[in-house]
Amino acid sequence: MKQDEVPQDEGNLSKKNVRELLYATDKDGNYTTALSTGWEPKSIALSNSLEVINERIEEAKNDFKAGKSSPIPYFMELAKMDLPILASYVGMWQWRVKRHFKPSVFAKLNDKILSRYAEAFDITTSELKHFKAD
Amino acid sequence: MELGFTHHQSAHCENGVASNLLKHQGFDISEPMIFGIGSGLFYVYIPFLMVNHAPAISYRPMPGTIFNKAAKRLGFKVKRVKFSNPKEAEKALDENLKNNIPTGLQVGVYGLSYFPDEYRFHFNAHNCVVYGKTETDYLVSDPVMETVTTLTHKEMEKVRFAKGAFAPKGQMYYPTSIPTKADLPKAIIKGIKETCRDMLAPVPIVGVKGIRTVAKMIAKWPEKKGVKVANHYLAQIVRMQEEIGTGGGGFRYIFAAFLQESAEILGKPELRELSFEITKIGDQWRDFALEASRVYKNRSSKKDVYNLLSQELLKIADLEEDFFKKLKKAIA
Repeated sequence: MKQDEVPQDEGNLSKKNVRELLYATDKDGNYTTALSTGWEPKSIALSNSLEVINERIEEAKNDFKAGKSSPIPYFMELAKMDLPILASYVGMWQWRVKRHFKPSVFAKLNDKILSRYAEAFDITTSELKHFKAD
Repeated sequence: MELGFTHHQSAHCENGVASNLLKHQGFDISEPMIFGIGSGLFYVYIPFLMVNHAPAISYRPMPGTIFNKAAKRLGFKVKRVKFSNPKEAEKALDENLKNNIPTGLQVGVYGLSYFPDEYRFHFNAHNCVVYGKTETDYLVSDPVMETVTTLTHKEMEKVRFAKGAFAPKGQMYYPTSIPTKADLPKAIIKGIKETCRDMLAPVPIVGVKGIRTVAKMIAKWPEKKGVKVANHYLAQIVRMQEEIGTGGGGFRYIFAAFLQESAEILGKPELRELSFEITKIGDQWRDFALEASRVYKNRSSKKDVYNLLSQELLKIADLEEDFFKKLKKAIA
């Protein structure tokens, strides 16, 4: 890539006034560095990923409202986690975490277990316990 | 407390930390040199593993290996320590700062408050340097940022003890002995040889063959997974390929810069020619990203666009196979 072709699209980084460094060639073909504010294909890729996450959050919320699941999947999606990541944050086996997705099992969890989830989600135990989807 | 430390921005976090720490010790070495000597260019498709609900493709070796390999080949030592207890991890870091040692850390990206929210995913192989501590904050030199930044003490504990794949476990590292004079030519040749070997490996998920495997998968996605999932997978490929600190195109350019520098050091002008060739291949990786972005932007499902992308990637694989064979010959 030539130095003057380094993209300067509006990107997600430029919102925080961050530019990224790229290696590019000058007019003699020698390598140098250049700063870029962003590149559209990357920005769309990122927004696509965020969209997918938002859909998953919405779905988890609806499942909770419909009584199909506990609040844990909702907070898990909100924290951009998946099952293996959440399991490692709370230090439990994946199958155990998955069991806690059931409203009936969740209702019987003690505060000690709940606090582990709360800590992973960066909320209070009571926020988790008394979560009402709006 | 603040140690004198000069922040240099880099294209990739691990090279950047390595190069910045060495420069601090008076050993002047560029980011591309670390990348090339540490055999940073890589490709692997990891079957069965899903990252952000999409197949996992890595354009770099395991975290830490670039620095370790560069250290071994240049003849300096790196001390690495992991911790199970966050308090001890903090104590050890503070102890290092007291002893005037700027220290490299492996951290999770999700807790890095100085990144834009959109960038905060559960990715644990990021690297930065801590060069001081105040009442409330740690002073941080994150090589992908333009300037130095800070994290609160609590945030620091969180990022050092992020969980999930490649959990950093509080890992800190720093060079201990610095050679007065390193055998650069030998280190360069070792680095290039390993990269050629990896990229030409006879394994279907690694290097050029790995690229081909992924290319063939792409063609099947719309039918096998449906439009929505296929689009999501494609977007994830582009993110892993072109985001900061990872790289298809970006890494080819760093490698090209490394070859230019090496051409001078080794007195081999053919490496300069090869640097132009890999630059062009880098441009093709970016073209691929651009084409792919058009597909998921328009939510296109036409089977032929996926076939086209697949063919594009196969072409890149052919070019790279040819390139690494020539490179191998050039340094033999």
